[in-house]
Amino acid sequence: MSKLFTKDTQAIFWNNNRSAIQRMLDYDYTIGRETPSIAAIVAPTSGAKFDKFFWGAEEIMIPLYRSTPEAVEKHKNADVLLNFGSFRTAYDVVMEAIELDGQFKTIMVTAEGIPERRARIMNQAARDKGVTVIGPATVGAIAPGAFKIANIGGTIENIINSKLTRCGSCGLVTRSGGLFNEMSNIIALSADGIAEGVAIGGDRFVGSVFIDNLLRMESNPDVKYMILLGEVGGTEEYKVIEAVKSGKIKKPIISWCIGTIAKHFESGVQFGHAGASANADRETAEAKNKAMKEAGFYVPDSFNDIPATIHKVYEDLLGKGIIKTIAEPEIKLISKNRKARNFICTISDDRGEEATYCGIPISKVATPDTGFSVGDVMSLLWFKRRYPKWAVQFIETVLKTVADHGPAVSGAHNAKVTARAGKDVVSSLIAGLLTIGPRFGGAIDGAAKYFKYGYDNNLSPKEFLAYMKKQGIPIPGIGHRIKSLRNPDLRIVGLKKYVNENFPSHPLLDYALEVEQLTTSKKDNLILNVDGTIGVLMVDMWKELGYDDDEIALFIDAGALNAFFILGRCIGFIGHILDEKRLNMPMYRHPWDDILYDVETAEI
Amino acid sequence: MAQRAIREYDGKALFSKHWEKYFSGFHYGFKSVLVSSGDELRKKAEEHGFEWLKQEPLVAKPDMLFGKRGKNGLVLFKDKKPGDVSLEVAANWIDEKISHPTTLLTGQHGTLTHFIVEPFTPHGEEQEYYISATTVGEDDVLYMSTEGGMEVEEGWEEKVTEVVIPINMQDSNIDHLVRANAPADLPANKKESFISFAIDFFKFYRDLNFAYLEINPLVMLDNNEMAILDLVARLDDTAGYLMEDAWGKIEYPTAFGMEDQSEEEKAIANADARSGASLKLTILNPMGRIWTMVAGGGASVVYADTIADLSGNVSELANYGEYSGGPTTGETKFYADTVFDLMTRFKDPKGRGKILIIGGAIANFTDVAKTFTGIIQSLEEYAQKLKEVGVKIYVRRGGPNYKKGLKDIKEAADRLGLYMEVYGPETHVTDIVRMSLENGE
Repeated sequence: MSKLFTKDTQAIFWNNNRSAIQRMLDYDYTIGRETPSIAAIVAPTSGAKFDKFFWGAEEIMIPLYRSTPEAVEKHKNADVLLNFGSFRTAYDVVMEAIELDGQFKTIMVTAEGIPERRARIMNQAARDKGVTVIGPATVGAIAPGAFKIANIGGTIENIINSKLTRCGSCGLVTRSGGLFNEMSNIIALSADGIAEGVAIGGDRFVGSVFIDNLLRMESNPDVKYMILLGEVGGTEEYKVIEAVKSGKIKKPIISWCIGTIAKHFESGVQFGHAGASANADRETAEAKNKAMKEAGFYVPDSFNDIPATIHKVYEDLLGKGIIKTIAEPEIKLISKNRKARNFICTISDDRGEEATYCGIPISKVATPDTGFSVGDVMSLLWFKRRYPKWAVQFIETVLKTVADHGPAVSGAHNAKVTARAGKDVVSSLIAGLLTIGPRFGGAIDGAAKYFKYGYDNNLSPKEFLAYMKKQGIPIPGIGHRIKSLRNPDLRIVGLKKYVNENFPSHPLLDYALEVEQLTTSKKDNLILNVDGTIGVLMVDMWKELGYDDDEIALFIDAGALNAFFILGRCIGFIGHILDEKRLNMPMYRHPWDDILYDVETAEI
Repeated sequence: MAQRAIREYDGKALFSKHWEKYFSGFHYGFKSVLVSSGDELRKKAEEHGFEWLKQEPLVAKPDMLFGKRGKNGLVLFKDKKPGDVSLEVAANWIDEKISHPTTLLTGQHGTLTHFIVEPFTPHGEEQEYYISATTVGEDDVLYMSTEGGMEVEEGWEEKVTEVVIPINMQDSNIDHLVRANAPADLPANKKESFISFAIDFFKFYRDLNFAYLEINPLVMLDNNEMAILDLVARLDDTAGYLMEDAWGKIEYPTAFGMEDQSEEEKAIANADARSGASLKLTILNPMGRIWTMVAGGGASVVYADTIADLSGNVSELANYGEYSGGPTTGETKFYADTVFDLMTRFKDPKGRGKILIIGGAIANFTDVAKTFTGIIQSLEEYAQKLKEVGVKIYVRRGGPNYKKGLKDIKEAADRLGLYMEVYGPETHVTDIVRMSLENGE
């Protein structure tokens, strides 16, 4: 791997740190990335399915998941994990991610103060699996013009000023995140910016160290020279010296170790990071600066002289033609006046010349010659895709089957009473619709839910009956007033015939029919009724269309099955209302003799 | 947050607390007390369970993180002859030691305040062993020797056996590795038990998140009785939240000879402990001429480096410290108040004006204008005093909202009649140090 990130790199962001994520997306937009650098967010305690972020002035939705494995399942291409867990959770997040073999190439850990032993275990486990860990205790890394981690580089203004929007010539490695920004600013002012930069992190044990990053940069053709900003403490800089001496690193290195102040004080003053204290003479900043200078690194006399040193090396490489002058690319500035939308619509759009259903203009679905029937339009607007013909025709069959069931059922009766009270069509229709619920029409939902449960959990029909008995409710979708196996409901016969001839498979219907064998052996009118049949067949349809269990459960919970009944029965209700309007029957009053009055006389 | 030393007494208490779990094949009496005066020791001797203080000959020594106490003449083990120290002699000795300052051979200087008192353990030199463990690079290393005592450090290479144990090694492999690399000169009758103790010792060190643990000497008495005569321990305090029960409440004393923190340093440390932000302050020289108020851990170091380099005299640097991680306006004001108060207490002995560096790198996400609000409030309060010591202020900062921050602070300085120069990211981070020194001559 010669480059840490490319313009196609996508990450999973662990913990919904909205401001850091927004900064990544603003960066993406500014440099003209086509896809957001965040594929998904892991938000362990959130119940939401997505979160909204700005993409330029527009908004996009980024999916949320409860765990890393769930996110990975849907986003196989995301090979970077940005771990924003706290010092308490970060370790577990990394260990879990490493176990997802081959998924993550790079894991960044921001938490500071992870127990040292845990940091070592996690760093070693990552090394064993060939995963690059950046951090802990870091702001991250950046490949200018391609991918930026979280807050590195600071504000978008600073990023633009520091030329972090496009690839420069320098490979930068620092410990500190604050000084990383400073260095990239210096490099932009004194040279042509950076090609790749990593802040390795301030804790004592970090995953990738100076040498790991510099060796990669050595093989990265965009990097022409490197800057190493080290610190007092540790011996990592000596590994770089060795690599230069042995010829593994040939590109020029400018280097400086901060913390020369420490030599003036005995001990006890902790200058800077946890990793920054010298346990031996060779760990002092002085000794390291001297050793690097002797090995041929460009080492300034003090930190304040770094800009001059960088400028000198840059001019030299420019003169030799190793570095070419970079043409500054156009930057897409983000509008300051952007506003979060309160509503989201994913099914239709009326902003263009002609309104569309899921992107299809209405005129392309409306007339018979388009080949779209009302079931096609329903599948577009309800389920956001056009269903195949067998499913569309099934939907229409359902609508026709449930359209009406005479004037006596409660919904139709209510609609008629309201119409006779002189109310308009919509009031009367609503009065009828309001009866639809657990006792009227709701059996479709219940049947789908419970039969699916029994089937998914491999309950035998007998176990299923026992389970329902334990729930203390009659099985939804089972039982009819007069119909039985011997005297079947012809609507069901028709449905079954259609399904047998047209559905690729219908396991839930078969299961429900097995249950029916058992229930009808107890009482012959305990048949799978029309609600039950429709409920289980809807599930069969969705399974066949490739929806997974979570999606089907979502449909059921959202009330999509009831919606078929509501829509279909509107046809019948409106029929009854119009019938009343035609007949012009007077206001209805229920006869006294049909009411049992049982009111006690009050003592006054 | 780092590796922190604990007292010998606390280290032994940890051994005792977990002894059965880790060292079930051995016995350890844990007869130790930690006292601060002779009276405290006498009182302890009256408590139930501490009758041994009156019954047995004692050893007393300071327990204040420094080593080589024997060479410093600070181990009391004989009155007339070894092993005859009575309670009264120990108590008097302690009272004498706390009555005057002590200077160690290293030059560390201070007053002794904590002593560990234990029974005298008669034993032969051949019963002394050395064992320690620490982290070297990415690995743990277990050190073992059949020679314990003060002399082990001389001739370390020949005397001490090192076993490098990778972080991810399984327990059973650790057992094999230690066994295969045990010191060759272990006496036959102690070999088994020493190896078994060494393995237990390593697991104890590892599981309890020690960064360093040393027993020297470890005395192996008969019947698997172990005596821990001296112990040095450092804990990885970042593991504190995992070790709440295992460690109990543990104290991290300041190193001996480190002047105790000043009131101001303590106040900042307290504010730091209560805040999500980071506030650090160390006073290096209260009479110093150059004072710093720097945002960010890395930047604070490069400012200190540069001041030492460019001034050519590190005693010019009065303080080291940093504020970072998004402190509130109130926290920033408190920090600034503390620094301004300290720097206005004395005039420069050479009659020069003082320099205040309000520095910082380009912030990642800290709102510069917001943090400057606290500094401005403090400047308003201390303007008169700052003028009295002839302060010239140099400001350099970048990051979110930095333009407004610089404009606000410059306006405030002009209004208050304070000398101030302000610079943004176009100026190299430490270049204000150079400017201030050139201007101040």
